[in-house]
Amino acid sequence: MRSRLRTNWPVMLLIVLGTLFILFPLYMTVTIALKNPEQMAQSVFAIPTILHWENFASAIDMTNFFQSFRNSAIVTASTVILTLLSNSMVAYAIARNMEKRKFFKGLYYYFVSAMFIPFPIIMLPIVKLTASLEMTNLLGLILLHTVYGLAFNVFVYVGYIRSIPVALEEAAFVDGATTWGTFWKIIFPLMAPISATVGILTCLSTYNDFLLPLIIISDPSQYTLPLVQYVFQGQFNTDFNLAFASYLLALLPMIIIYLFAQKWIINGVTQGSVK
Amino acid sequence: MNKRIAPYYWMTVPAVVLFFIFMTLPALQGIYYSFTNYNGFGKGYDFVGFKNYFNLFQDDNVGNAYWFTFKFAIVVTILTNILSLLIALGLNAKIKFRNFFRGIYFLPNILSVLIVGYIFNYLFSNVFPIWGQNLGISALSTNILGSESLAWIGIVIVAVWQSVALNTILYLAGLQTIPTTLYEASNLDGAGKWREFWSITFPLIAPFFTINMVLAMKNSLMVFDQIVALTNGGPGRATQSISHLIYTGGFEGGEYAYQSANSVIYFIVIAVISILQIRFLQRREMDL
Repeated sequence: MRSRLRTNWPVMLLIVLGTLFILFPLYMTVTIALKNPEQMAQSVFAIPTILHWENFASAIDMTNFFQSFRNSAIVTASTVILTLLSNSMVAYAIARNMEKRKFFKGLYYYFVSAMFIPFPIIMLPIVKLTASLEMTNLLGLILLHTVYGLAFNVFVYVGYIRSIPVALEEAAFVDGATTWGTFWKIIFPLMAPISATVGILTCLSTYNDFLLPLIIISDPSQYTLPLVQYVFQGQFNTDFNLAFASYLLALLPMIIIYLFAQKWIINGVTQGSVK
Repeated sequence: MNKRIAPYYWMTVPAVVLFFIFMTLPALQGIYYSFTNYNGFGKGYDFVGFKNYFNLFQDDNVGNAYWFTFKFAIVVTILTNILSLLIALGLNAKIKFRNFFRGIYFLPNILSVLIVGYIFNYLFSNVFPIWGQNLGISALSTNILGSESLAWIGIVIVAVWQSVALNTILYLAGLQTIPTTLYEASNLDGAGKWREFWSITFPLIAPFFTINMVLAMKNSLMVFDQIVALTNGGPGRATQSISHLIYTGGFEGGEYAYQSANSVIYFIVIAVISILQIRFLQRREMDL
């Protein structure tokens, strides 16, 4: 019994060794981003003695970083907000009516079945569609990201709402509240924990997405961060230090958010995936 | 009464409209085009019936992409699950700074797949070969991404490096649902660690095993970003995945209708595999 309470040193050692596999590529990213080609020639692995911060300035210049960061931030924030509003609303209507009304039950299966549709099946038509609607821009990206999360989010939301007792809403109705009022004033605040989960997952997948911007966006002023890395890959080939500075800049916003909200993010991801 | 019910219908409108326009309509269009010879940019096209589908089965590039994708997905699924279960057991043991290590092990999951791919691309071409030469290992001393027979292993390494993070956290969540009293009881009965794992731990995290297998399989069947960042399908077509083939053939190769047919097949394959996996693994859950 007592042994369970003591630190398990052999396991601890293995866990520490394991983190090296995770940290090594990140160590390389940071150090390469701070070196110049001469330092690289001496040793690829060494910690840089002179820090070349100007790599970041050049990378910002070359990739127009602030513009693509702004695009990524707009798309991610708007997608999260739109997702939370539209998906929670439809999920609420479904969860409260799917037992009594066939329409809502049908709707539930209509949405959830989309979880099995691989993106390539709609990839080709969606390009034609967004082009004809003149939505090959950030607005198009926001709407598409919102739609592609719908299947999974409705699934998660409906499961959660069904665990909220109906009695609360009935009391509100008796007091004369409307359905809309009940949703916004009672249900929406009660859904905060699951909305946090949906928000985190949506934020991660939207910010990191590469394929959708690749096929939708043609105007360079609308490029998102991953797309910029792809487009500039050819030009970086001559200068790895600049390339790595640019990678680091693109990764940094999420890493900073992660450092502050780590526990929250891990819990959110676990809840969303297991439900 | 109606005043109470009508708003529920209105609540569904935004999601239904968006979903219909951007999901259902394109999916139906994709199926429609798969029966034509449309090339993607011109105006005219003819109906060709099932011709695209017949041709798919005789196309070496398609067969090659399916073979690569399946080989890749199976290896990644198995490796990811073994490694993440081991790490989760380690992180669940009595160690110091548990939350700190949990944070580190989850880190790869928040990073962009494309950029992680670029970073590893550099490591494979410029860093690992140096080690290989110093250690005298010939397999490592050249860039494995440039080798037709080894390149897929490079992609497996990157995919596993990243996907282990999510599966570890899910297994960890599963391990925390097991009551410690069960272990205390088995300790009193004198059960060894090995026995304990197979008789208590593994059966009790069976639902998490199911979800992890399905997630890992589904994600790796859709592999795209890693391919773009690491090999772009090469050398030759040695590492071309199905989604990469649909993308390049459909957008750049003028095979719009043909690749539409390919994606219909791809959809059926993924749906069947996911359903079979869930059925099979859930039956196992209940038997235990």
